Amino acid sequence: MTDMTTASPAAVARNAGSLLEHGDRTRNRHASERRFRILGLIAVGFGILALVGLLTSILVNGVSSFRQTYVTLDVQLDEAKLDKTGNRNTEELRKVTTFVYAPLIEKALAQFIEERGIAVEGLTKKDVSGIISKEAPASLRSVVLADPSKIGGTVSFDVLTDGRIDGYYKGRVTMASAELDRNVSPAQLKLADALKDAGALNTRFNWDFLTAPDASDTRPEAAGLGVAILGSAYMMLIVLALSLPIGVAASIYLEEFAPSNRITDTIEVNIANLAAVPSIVFGILGLAVFINYAGLPQSAPVVGGLVLMLMTLPTIIIATRAALKAVPPSIREAALGIGASKMQTIFHHVLPLAAPGILTGTIIGLAQALGETAPLLLIGMVAFVREYPSAPPEGFFDPASALPVQVYNWTQRGDPAFVERASGAIIVLLIFLVIMNGLAILLRRRFERRW
Amino acid sequence: MTPSILALIVLALMVVGYILGRQRALSLAKRDGVRLHSLPGYYGQSVALFTAVPAFVLLGVWLFLQPVLIENQISATIPDSAIPEGGARSLVMADVRRIADGLDLVVEQGNISEDDLAVMRADISNVRSRLAEVGVALGSNVQPAVFEAAKSYRSIGKTASFWRNIAVLAAALGSGFLAWSRVRPAMRARNVSETFIRALLMASSFIAILTTFGIVASLLFETIHFFRIYPAKDFFFSTIWNPQFRGGSDLGILPLLWGTFYVSLVALLLAVPVGLMIAIYLAEYAGKSLRSFAKPAIEILAGIPTIVYGLFALITVGPFLRDWIAQPLGLGDSSSSVMTAGLVMGIMLIPFVSSLSDDIINAVPQSMRDGSYGLGATQSETIKKVIMPAALPGIVGAILLAASRAIGETMIVVMGAGAAARLDVNPFEAMTTVTVKIVSQLTGDTEFASPETLVAFALGLTLFVFTLGLNVLALYIVRKYREQYE
Repeated sequence: MTDMTTASPAAVARNAGSLLEHGDRTRNRHASERRFRILGLIAVGFGILALVGLLTSILVNGVSSFRQTYVTLDVQLDEAKLDKTGNRNTEELRKVTTFVYAPLIEKALAQFIEERGIAVEGLTKKDVSGIISKEAPASLRSVVLADPSKIGGTVSFDVLTDGRIDGYYKGRVTMASAELDRNVSPAQLKLADALKDAGALNTRFNWDFLTAPDASDTRPEAAGLGVAILGSAYMMLIVLALSLPIGVAASIYLEEFAPSNRITDTIEVNIANLAAVPSIVFGILGLAVFINYAGLPQSAPVVGGLVLMLMTLPTIIIATRAALKAVPPSIREAALGIGASKMQTIFHHVLPLAAPGILTGTIIGLAQALGETAPLLLIGMVAFVREYPSAPPEGFFDPASALPVQVYNWTQRGDPAFVERASGAIIVLLIFLVIMNGLAILLRRRFERRW
Repeated sequence: MTPSILALIVLALMVVGYILGRQRALSLAKRDGVRLHSLPGYYGQSVALFTAVPAFVLLGVWLFLQPVLIENQISATIPDSAIPEGGARSLVMADVRRIADGLDLVVEQGNISEDDLAVMRADISNVRSRLAEVGVALGSNVQPAVFEAAKSYRSIGKTASFWRNIAVLAAALGSGFLAWSRVRPAMRARNVSETFIRALLMASSFIAILTTFGIVASLLFETIHFFRIYPAKDFFFSTIWNPQFRGGSDLGILPLLWGTFYVSLVALLLAVPVGLMIAIYLAEYAGKSLRSFAKPAIEILAGIPTIVYGLFALITVGPFLRDWIAQPLGLGDSSSSVMTAGLVMGIMLIPFVSSLSDDIINAVPQSMRDGSYGLGATQSETIKKVIMPAALPGIVGAILLAASRAIGETMIVVMGAGAAARLDVNPFEAMTTVTVKIVSQLTGDTEFASPETLVAFALGLTLFVFTLGLNVLALYIVRKYREQYE
């Protein structure tokens, strides 16, 4: 044995034992194999964990924005204050500001507290009305303006509570944090609890979050996504109306007609590169060309739509070309063989067969465009917009917001309640994306043919 | 008549053209008792195309050229005396445009008639308050010369729009009529309209070139403008980024490039190993069931908008890193940091790296694997010693593509990296990137012609050149590699 040690160590290991037992080296190699495998598994696990973590974080933070706390009050609409002349003239009613409506709500709340004998310790009158949202008078005003005949009577009105009170029932605000908060006191929270026990205060599903316009910094409880959803919808319409025909036309040319020469090569290279240009550069293009040069209005869906159209075009062209390529040549040859012209072959036979693939690509392109944020920031869509854009086509030129931009906008605000709103908006955005992608998958499964 | 109404009229004419063309072909064929060369619809189609397309092309060109031509004409009439000290002619022109828009509003609301406006003079009546009534706020009183320019801007604009309408309608009717009168049974209508459509298809494919041209032109034009008022040497080599609202800013790109590079580096350090391992595991080890579940799950990450990642960085990752790592270790107390943005961006890039590498690994021929197994190599040895070297060029291409994504990414860094431009090596400090500064310089309130705003175009051009270079290189490498095994 001793003289064998002079040979190489590997030889020792190899000759030492039986074939059925692994030597050290083999064991090492197998251990390293296992390590490598585990490393791979960890990587896959990390990827899935990241997805789960991302979605959970957004869901946990955002789900509460779909619920909102209201106080139901019987508000007396005092005719002497709201309509001095008594003729229900809408013009005159419009001149009555929210400052007139605010005391009505405060009175109704004070009355309710008094009737039920709710003890309010250490709260001034201002503190009591502080649990009502600053938006409440404005919504009461719009209720009255919509139906002036209510003046003089008493309406049961769901009043928005202040964002902090709402946060208390969602766990964002606690007694301890209220102690340190300048905007809310523990006594106010106790009052809210008392109202809840009396059955006036409840937390329910919040449709306004989906339909109401944005609200100012101090009124997170009233902020909604109405304008943003409408703006995004307008932009998607423009993107669809422009990029689908242009993209399909360009693809047909490149796939079916283009001679292989320098110009075609240039176009192909351009499309490939455009797909990789950072989105913010498209924003700069939009700002320079559509706003500064062509003089289109800022924050308008038309500019956003044009910019997103240019971004979506490469996606659609690539998908359409793949779909056209997938149609077997036998179809073309059969059509040509019975005397169809090339154009007829394409428009009557190839294009309908490629349509599912084209639509799938278009929907995926639209989904990408829907989530795009950076270029929209540059063309001024971050502006604070409270007015709904009017119906198309004029509405395309009205200022509007967009879903992803609204998210960004809300994250820039001071009140932590806006973080909840931003996460809620993301949930809405993700739901739209899931629907669009689901539709694309469905289309592909249902109609895509394999030859 | 607005352009959109004009477009609708042209579309209506197109429909009329189709019907008339078809009818003429049919009736002529009936009268002469001959057969049509093409199906009757093609005669209509050719008339319709000749009606609409020239009119739309003319409308497009007109809308494109009108602003420039009018601007130049008006700009020349403004005397030098009307331009304030240290101001630029372009600023005065911006005022002219705003006043003209305001006057449109005043007239529209019926506060003043066109005739009154024609004799209105800025030195007598108070134009500023009139405009304020309709919501157009002006910084100072209107100078007579500027006001006159605004009035002629309006009137030239009006005349131009009038002639535009006439010209477009004339083009539609004229060429439509010409096409209609050429309709004969013997006319090869199908060939005519097919050639026409083919030209339209070709024109659509030129949009891609036009877009690239638009990007390059808008970036280049304003960048040249920027370098005229700010020295290029300072921009490229200064280490200080300190824009001032009142001018006298330091606009050095180096801190921004450093931030961009650092964030991208962190992102790639996370995304490349993880993405690569995922690709290897899914391609070589994973069973069918795991693969069919894990691959789509990871690709979902690629479909999530970047704003979602941005919010994730802002509300989850940032505070977590600050409270659990940065503060206990005394490395800083900012929740937005290079690490925050880098890690989140890394997660975003994982599917990008993994799906590209997956394709590349699958493209390595099975014979190479079999050869390696035959020599007694374990699976991991085969991967490390045979597959990786064979796939290396493709993987390098994938990494370069991911790097170009990282450099151009905006929302994650806007929400996660911070806004402080600094040259630091501590990854838990807030730093800023080129894209963050493009956003902040272009969404601020500074005057458009100031270097503080124009610098965004120079930054954009830098970004464009970098990402384009990386992409071209990556595509070149990937293409070269692909040929190897085909």
